[in-house]
Amino acid sequence: MKVLLSILREMADLPADPEILATAMNTLGMAVESVDVVGTPVNGVVTARIVRTEKHPDAAKVTRCWVDAGDGEERHVWCGATNMGPGDIVPLATLGTVMPDGREISRRGILGIDSEGMLCSPVELGIAEEAAGLLILPPDTKLGISPFDALGIEHDVVFDLDLTRNRPDCWGHLGVARDLAAHFGVALTGPRLDVAPLGPEKSVPVSISAPDRCGMFSVTVISNVTVVPSPQWVANRLSHLGMRPISNVVDASNLVMMELNQPNHAYDHAVVSGFDVRLAAEGEVHRTLDGVDRRLSADDLLICNGGDGRAVGLAGIMGGLESEVTASTSELALEVAWFEPDPIRFSVNRHNLRSEASVRFERGVDPRGVETAVRRFFAILRETCPDAVLHAGATRVSNEFEPVERVIEVRTARVARSLGISPDGGRMRELLAPIGFGVEPMPSGARVTVPTWRPDCAEEIDVIEEIARHHGYDALGKSVPKSAVHGRLSTMQQRRRMLRRVLVGLGLDEVMPMPFLAPGEMSGLGLPEDDVLLIANPLVAEESVLRTSLRPGLLKALRYNQSHRATRIGLWEIGHVYPKGKDALPDETEQLGVVVAGATAETALAQWNAVCDALGIGANLEQSRVPDGLHPTRSASLTRGKKVVGVVGEVDPVVLDSLGIEGRVSILEIDLTVVLNEEPKPVQAREINRHPSSDIDLAFVVNDSVPAQTLQRALRQAAGKRLVSIELFDVYRGKGVADGARSLAFRLRLQEPSGTLTDAAIAEVQQACAAAGVKVGAELRA
Amino acid sequence: MSAPSNPFQAEIESAVELALAGISGASSADELRAVVNQVTGKKGALSSVKSSLGRIEDVEARKTVGQAVNEALSRVQESADRRSAELKRATFAASIEADRVDMTELLLAPTSSGRRGRMHLVTQATERLEDVFIGLGFQIAEGPEVETDFHNFEALNMPPSHPARSMWDTLFVDADPQGSVVLRTHTSPVQIRVMQEWEPPIYAVMPGRVFRKETPDATHMPVFHQIEGLVIDRNITFADLAGTIESFTKAFFGPGFTSRLRPSYFPFTEPSAEFDIRRPDGSWIELGGCGMVHPRVLTAAGLDPEEWSGFAFGFGIDRMAKERHGIEDIREMYSNDVRFVEQFS
Repeated sequence: MKVLLSILREMADLPADPEILATAMNTLGMAVESVDVVGTPVNGVVTARIVRTEKHPDAAKVTRCWVDAGDGEERHVWCGATNMGPGDIVPLATLGTVMPDGREISRRGILGIDSEGMLCSPVELGIAEEAAGLLILPPDTKLGISPFDALGIEHDVVFDLDLTRNRPDCWGHLGVARDLAAHFGVALTGPRLDVAPLGPEKSVPVSISAPDRCGMFSVTVISNVTVVPSPQWVANRLSHLGMRPISNVVDASNLVMMELNQPNHAYDHAVVSGFDVRLAAEGEVHRTLDGVDRRLSADDLLICNGGDGRAVGLAGIMGGLESEVTASTSELALEVAWFEPDPIRFSVNRHNLRSEASVRFERGVDPRGVETAVRRFFAILRETCPDAVLHAGATRVSNEFEPVERVIEVRTARVARSLGISPDGGRMRELLAPIGFGVEPMPSGARVTVPTWRPDCAEEIDVIEEIARHHGYDALGKSVPKSAVHGRLSTMQQRRRMLRRVLVGLGLDEVMPMPFLAPGEMSGLGLPEDDVLLIANPLVAEESVLRTSLRPGLLKALRYNQSHRATRIGLWEIGHVYPKGKDALPDETEQLGVVVAGATAETALAQWNAVCDALGIGANLEQSRVPDGLHPTRSASLTRGKKVVGVVGEVDPVVLDSLGIEGRVSILEIDLTVVLNEEPKPVQAREINRHPSSDIDLAFVVNDSVPAQTLQRALRQAAGKRLVSIELFDVYRGKGVADGARSLAFRLRLQEPSGTLTDAAIAEVQQACAAAGVKVGAELRA
Repeated sequence: MSAPSNPFQAEIESAVELALAGISGASSADELRAVVNQVTGKKGALSSVKSSLGRIEDVEARKTVGQAVNEALSRVQESADRRSAELKRATFAASIEADRVDMTELLLAPTSSGRRGRMHLVTQATERLEDVFIGLGFQIAEGPEVETDFHNFEALNMPPSHPARSMWDTLFVDADPQGSVVLRTHTSPVQIRVMQEWEPPIYAVMPGRVFRKETPDATHMPVFHQIEGLVIDRNITFADLAGTIESFTKAFFGPGFTSRLRPSYFPFTEPSAEFDIRRPDGSWIELGGCGMVHPRVLTAAGLDPEEWSGFAFGFGIDRMAKERHGIEDIREMYSNDVRFVEQFS
């Protein structure tokens, strides 16, 4: 929302320094996005008459102009605009002029023909934000003078405010000026109004058929109107506010809206004889001012011509094309109304039709502001229509849906609990009266009457916020609460951090792929895709599936890096997955995924061992349960009873091939919701056995079908209480060992729990192990 | 009385001399052992003197000779020990030189890279922030990323079709009824869950992943990270909010930084504020939003606003990482490009 320094200072005796005002606006919660100085005269630009023009055969897009700046000297200028002709008076930037955008006008021309200056558009002079060509001045303008003087252009400052939802009043300059006046302790005088006596009574019939949607509707008749261009100051201000000047009537209407946050509409009274406010029929078609036919729903509100029942405007949003004022309009029916905000917003969203009016109606305008708005409209109009007549007998229809002033009890103790200050009723009045709140002090605080332009202020806490704003946030001080809570990470959070450090210690990099997948992406990796949740309104279809596995993202990241010739790609992610749950929410869990390019299952198992060691966890390795999408003969499930808590191994080469990934990829996935939440009990110290120990090496020939773990378990059991440790130290296939079998060599460290280990005991263990081997199909090698 | 004469004096002396010469000439441990043995061994010169002791009748004389032999023996042994150490040093010196390696060769060999992996910059920033808040007495709360409309909006004082909902471009999960399940647009639903599940007093921060329907560009991602804070206790005022923001500012950014609060609007806090951080050079960073928890939010979470009060604040984590490392385009952080990741230790 843009506000002008000129208008603010007409409404209150505010400081002239834009910096001081901007700081105050920020302090009050009106965030200033930018401060722009406009209408600053550009030295070196003078008015000049175009004497003649000529096209050059080799320069189709530009015109040669000869101009007279009143000094009797004819200057040649190249010009890219097309809206000028001989006789027009235009601004000429003479040689050496520095334009507002910083460029200096030089003699450099086109086709070797010099240009002795530049003819300017309003945009180039910083007068308007857009323009269709050169600025054409009135034909009676003197030559050789500043166009700024000729047009009476004011130097002004535009503040662009980023307003919050709770300040509808600031959508008019008046609201901003009121807050600033209160802040600086100066009087708010408001806009200059026309207080001419009213003309004879003229009423317009109004009926409201949808009272719950329109709480108030007023119409005032103004006659003796001539539709002409606005005075320059009106046009200037509207331009600075980002609106295009159109005519004295439309511009007065728009300026009132910008000044007072009071959208209004001037109808040609000859066309619209009365008004009916009703809901549209489902499917009814209405052509709005922008020339678009809108198919309406039964929730859209229409303003209709009471005479023929035809719609003349989409209420609160945009007028209709047929009832617009035209050059021949002489009598106006000026509407000022109050519409229920939310339905306006719904209509705006339905039709994707946002207007300066709808922005204000959907936030809430002041139903009590009619009189001021009409008087201000009339004051502006009278500058061009001094004989216009404002008629008595204005119609104002309202109903129980018109907002009224709220009365809120504000307790000093409640203010203290929120803000830490204890203003009594008198202090509340000091703070709130300047912004229009009625304050009646009471022993406990005050009874506060909220003005109708502050619909956001609905309960005690809202008033407390106003007290805070005008007391000043800084003045509320800074203290630190004395917390009885001690800060710490939970066990789970500590374990997650440890896990991260284990992973980086293994040389692996953390990545964060998007958790959104394309349909079919999961199933393409051999993962189930029937339990996925979909995003109802995805940015793109390729990001419409919520992942149930980290694997797609990790493999994509791996492939990306491989395609960029990264040499060492080991990636991990700790993140959530979102499989469909029993209730509304997914069965969201936190997972770990690790992939390494060019690595085998051995790498994945080493990572698993490192994680187990660090976190004090474990699981069974079940190679018979081949996980989805993994290498059928080089992967295993990590299980606890029936529950699968992870997978380990290599990615299925078929999957890798389909992704275009080269070489093997090791993979480790762990369900962290299980393992991070486990807190291993503190290990209790055991006395070290200091009796002598002895190592024996036992090699077995065993078929490939028998897992090494099966043999090791058998040996462990056979060795019994004398076994300190057992380690598979060699695996051998080849000469001396039958095909389909391998030699597994274990080193067992033996020790008596008490006493010295005897040769007889060692022999006993050896025999038991040999026998245990036989039971699982392993033959002790000689 | 003079000391008794020693009839073996000359014999002992010559044996010692012979031994010392042999010791200093020994060039290996074996040679040394042989030389020493010649003098001190069973058949050595000194041993024969020793064995003759019994034949000396005069007690004093026997004592004198015995002492002389022992002295001689220890002189020889000491000399042998010195020589032995010399020889050992020489042996080591020879083998150590043979052991010489080019350390830079080992340093540069690929097998010794020893490179640690990298945590994502956002994870690093999150941990730093968590640590600062832990120091300020906060605990860390977490919650689901897919949320109910109730937790993401309604309990935060945004009933259905509340205009402020448009402040967030929300991604919805296909659900029945449509719109009842969302990808959380902020970590505020965790605040609701904490208030529902924990007993006050509550001092907690909620870091986490959040989602918005935004097309990625240099400053926006549809998936990014936030940290919010929540304090619920008795007699918590706006000054406590401002003071906590100030403490955080100094602890996280440094003692030269200060903070300020500007009035703003959020449906779930009142009074609400934006908070800015002032750098030592006087420039400002707009960091995040904060305010006193709205009484309606306390009520929705099952707390009595007449008994408890509190404040909440929140800001983006990604931006912290972005500013710390001078990253121009936030998308770089999510490119998962090892070349990008490797830069940051």
